[in-house]
Amino acid sequence: MEEKIRKFMQENFSDGIVREDDFRGQQSFYIRKEYLLDVLKGLKEDEDLRFEFLIDICSLDWHGDSEEANGRFEVIYNLFSLKNKYRMFIKVRLEGDNPEIDTACELWMTANWLEREVWDLMGIKFTGHPNLIKIVTPDDLVGHPLRRDFPLTYEVPRFSWNKDDPPEVIL
Amino acid sequence: MSVEAKRRTMSLNLGPQHPATHGVLQVVLELDGETVVKATPQIGYLHTGIEKTAESKLYYKVIPMTDRMDYLAPMSNNLGFCLAVEKLLGIEVPEKVKYARVCLTELTRVMSHLVWVGTHALDIGAMSMLLYAFRERELIIDLYEACAGQRMMTTYFRIGGLAYDLPKDFDQKVKEILKKVPEGIKDYERLLNDNKIFRQRTIGVAKISAEDAVSCGLTGPSLRGSGVNYDVRKALPYGGYEKFGFEVPLGKNGDVYDRYLVRMEEMKQSLKIAKQALEGMPEGPHIAHVPGVVLPPKEDVLTKMESLIFHFKLITHGFDAPKGAVYQGIESPKGELGYYISSDGSNKPHRMRVRPPSFVNLSALPRMVEGGMVADVIAAIGSIDIVLGEVDR
Amino acid sequence: MGLEEKIPDGIMLTTLDKMVNWARKRSMWPLGMGLACCAIEMISTFASHYDLSRFGMEILRPSPRQADLMIVSGRVSRKMAPVLKRLYDQMPDPKWVISMGACASCGGVFNNYAIVQGVDTILPVDIYVPGCPPRPEQLIEGILKLFKKVEQESLKDKKEKQVKRLG
Repeated sequence: MEEKIRKFMQENFSDGIVREDDFRGQQSFYIRKEYLLDVLKGLKEDEDLRFEFLIDICSLDWHGDSEEANGRFEVIYNLFSLKNKYRMFIKVRLEGDNPEIDTACELWMTANWLEREVWDLMGIKFTGHPNLIKIVTPDDLVGHPLRRDFPLTYEVPRFSWNKDDPPEVIL
Repeated sequence: MSVEAKRRTMSLNLGPQHPATHGVLQVVLELDGETVVKATPQIGYLHTGIEKTAESKLYYKVIPMTDRMDYLAPMSNNLGFCLAVEKLLGIEVPEKVKYARVCLTELTRVMSHLVWVGTHALDIGAMSMLLYAFRERELIIDLYEACAGQRMMTTYFRIGGLAYDLPKDFDQKVKEILKKVPEGIKDYERLLNDNKIFRQRTIGVAKISAEDAVSCGLTGPSLRGSGVNYDVRKALPYGGYEKFGFEVPLGKNGDVYDRYLVRMEEMKQSLKIAKQALEGMPEGPHIAHVPGVVLPPKEDVLTKMESLIFHFKLITHGFDAPKGAVYQGIESPKGELGYYISSDGSNKPHRMRVRPPSFVNLSALPRMVEGGMVADVIAAIGSIDIVLGEVDR
Repeated sequence: MGLEEKIPDGIMLTTLDKMVNWARKRSMWPLGMGLACCAIEMISTFASHYDLSRFGMEILRPSPRQADLMIVSGRVSRKMAPVLKRLYDQMPDPKWVISMGACASCGGVFNNYAIVQGVDTILPVDIYVPGCPPRPEQLIEGILKLFKKVEQESLKDKKEKQVKRLG
């Protein structure tokens, strides 16, 4: 199966592949973002491979990591083939602080909510998404919580006094 | 009536505080008379920030957080996370641990489905089901308490094994469950299967075709109710499931009733697996021997210097995981629960993504209820078996 | 001595405070609202094994307008907090609040951007029940403590507090 996918990718999208990764037996391809929809469509509709199940879309933020210089964000598409019982990953690196990527809503209905979640929590914009609005965070929350530069917690400063209102001195 | 007046629809707000939304789900329904024109689930009322919090915790400190996502099936959550970290580190666990984990997670599935059948039947109108289902659930809860000391949030699985050895009366307790729960299931089936009200409220309601179910990303019983044979335990076996014999029940019509039947059958299969696991349970250590990752035994910590150092090091610093990213999917009671853990080589996960089955299943709700009656929305919400803690995380 | 000796059998004298508190304590209707994990333990408490109807509170009211006890069972997110406050405001007086579990009481293990660090920042809490989640016995103990508290309430004080709160 691994060889088959490799061959398929090499034949059809040889320009689009950045590199192939095989960490702990998980086949994944880093591809250029322009090729994303073609790759997903190709994998989904190929008679032999039939990756018709989009399990998950998730995102990473490599902010502040000096080793990972080629693009701050990463979007990961987790595909599963019911026919072959095989799982693979398509990964895309995105540059800049306000990245954009094409939506997969036309291929899978499930992409709608998964992409909304990624937008809400990580701030990656999916162009062409029919309804890209906040999904889990409250409307008044500014920012995207899962970004590495978003603070985990904040404390409301409680000053009991200031210069106009000096502290009570008990004698 | 003018055409203009005919077209007017009414918005109905269901939730976030509603007894049948299983927590704090809000669904905004657009109604034309009693027909649902549009349904928009609004989620996030229980957003806990677990994924973000996990980034600032040592690996083993994340386990208690996973309990609190799908709080009806804590052991499944633990299992998914532990398997993912074990995959990342390349640890092999002892045979006994595999059997114990399978036994406990299958009982977790039964427990989750028991709560589901109770609340779902309650939503539809059978009040007494809840009381019966919780009666049987207490047995499994007791087993949890004997194992881990906690009723619900067990945190029993550790990276590399179990927190403690199985209790002495484990066999006896599981045997009691294996004896009493099937009797209970028989009762429920007698109550519901041919119940006229139940059948009328569920058959042909909230249908979803196999094609749509796959496109919507449904997993678990909600998918199998539509007749798609996808069970992670069979498709990509993990944690020793390849050794057990069981069947994957499938539905045909993809309606609420078929999903009900699939879950009832699944409970029986789970009990079958638990029985096999109990009978085949080998002797051995309850945790793998991996210095630096697994805590040394308590006696050694108190008597040996190296063990004390390891203990101190592990508690304060944790362990450094190799750089890379792993995904481990398991079949939780709700569907495919996946953990995507990306490590940057430090002692904390760089990113922990949970693939929440409830979240994805819930996204198919509009597809199921649009065009149906407003009362069927409740049956549909019940039938996809969501847990809001997992939807929002 | 006095009046008690003169009145016929079957008649008892007591203070109005005591009688009203006794009635309130014995017919408390909790709001059927579950937030998170603790809600399941709350349901367990109401279900067959622990059977809360022994204390006269078997019915969970789905509407806040009919309830007088709010059990905040689980973590309160920042998105849920306004809803919770509104539900509380919709409940008729007299009303009480039990904060169930560590998350509701102080944020629990979730010290982050999404969770309100203690429901007492938005509601007046009467009883805190510790635990993550508390056992049903603990919740029952909390409810019994609340009964004790209700018993000792004075109508006058309660009224004054109410007036003060409503401004």
